[in-house]
Amino acid sequence: MRRFDLTLPRTVDDCVKILSDRGDDAKLVAGGTDLLPQLKNGLLKPRYVVDLSGVETLRAIRVANGSGLRLGAAVTARAIETEPHILSAYPALAESGALVGSLQIRNLATVGGNLCNAAPSADMAPPLLALDAEAVIVGPRGERRVPLTTFFLGVRKTVLAADELLVELVVPAPGPRSGGQYLRHTPRRELDIAVVGVASQLTLTDGVCRKAAIALASVAPTPVRAVAAERALTGQAVTPELIERAAELAVDAARPISDQRGSADFRRHLVKVLTRRTLTTALERARAARQEA
Amino acid sequence: MAKQVLSCTINDEPVEVLIQPYSTLLDALREDLGLTGPKEGCGTGDCGACTVHLDGQPVASCLVLAMQARNRNVRTIEGLAKGALHPLQDAFVRHGAPQCGFCIPGVLMAAAALLEANPRPTEEEIRYGIAGNLCRCTGYTKIVAAIAEAATLTSEGARA
Repeated sequence: MRRFDLTLPRTVDDCVKILSDRGDDAKLVAGGTDLLPQLKNGLLKPRYVVDLSGVETLRAIRVANGSGLRLGAAVTARAIETEPHILSAYPALAESGALVGSLQIRNLATVGGNLCNAAPSADMAPPLLALDAEAVIVGPRGERRVPLTTFFLGVRKTVLAADELLVELVVPAPGPRSGGQYLRHTPRRELDIAVVGVASQLTLTDGVCRKAAIALASVAPTPVRAVAAERALTGQAVTPELIERAAELAVDAARPISDQRGSADFRRHLVKVLTRRTLTTALERARAARQEA
Repeated sequence: MAKQVLSCTINDEPVEVLIQPYSTLLDALREDLGLTGPKEGCGTGDCGACTVHLDGQPVASCLVLAMQARNRNVRTIEGLAKGALHPLQDAFVRHGAPQCGFCIPGVLMAAAALLEANPRPTEEEIRYGIAGNLCRCTGYTKIVAAIAEAATLTSEGARA
């Protein structure tokens, strides 16, 4: 591996100081599962690497009754996949955590790393987008909050400046009678990258869809919301026919490329199929959800 | 690039060692500490040959910076047996599970973590538990059978 100096901060403030001094020459490492391969193959050549594993606050999962979930940026995929509250109230997010790499990877890989690496296929991005999560970013000028819908700028590009770091994700409570699901298509079950990933989240009031959110991965330079499909569902009684129509509308939000994982046409087909399936499950889960969730 | 002092516990022994800041945990184990049980297959976290336990959880040690193991517990294949062979190792020998053997230290560490979390796994759970480990000899059938037998023997032993 190419040589670098490693710093071991204990606090977010220390991280910001290091990044202010050396931002352009520095890279943050949390789980390392995306960074280390890029250091080994020479894609990244930082002079300094800043290890976040000593910053305890970044690993916190905080649940406030009725007011949602706060996920430290260095919470692992494994923690997200196994945390009982996430499993029950945010199943789409738990499902996405369970799909990242192998167990050996999920014990290391972090939600913040998955987002900041900004791969179009990032599995934890669609559920967080569909849940209206906000990114809490800290830099030398203080803290700012960015909706995840505007966090991604392109392939491997985010709104983070060189002297800023993602510290936390704030996920609003989806409310009672809400349900969601994340599904992806991969040729093999384990250790693969999504050809297409879709997260759907539905919230019902008196049997009518009060809020619908659909987010797609691997079909554009960034994860995207399928806004037209969401609008078609909102305010309506959700029937199989309406789900079919929303699935067709979701295809319009996709701008897929053809690559070794699949053609653009195949990806458009998968968006439709996976949107239909995730909306169907989201509806079942919303109907079964406990009122106090 | 000054070397840094890594203090951690490896196979129940406190360890202090000077390492390069860019060393992976796998490099430090193999090159600095002489623990060559964990293997480097791919170096990118795909094959699982470098699997060790970090605070009891299986990780790909080729993707961990050595200094990230500071103040933590590391267990390698060298620390799996306590006196006699671990029941998994014993079952692997009896079933002839290793072919070339390169993947086996990683498979055993993944299997040991699986049985600690789930002492009586189904065949599907066993296959899922070692899904992060590639055997290029494709000798999975005997590996799965050996893990299933070790699970049966240890959980019967625990009941007796």
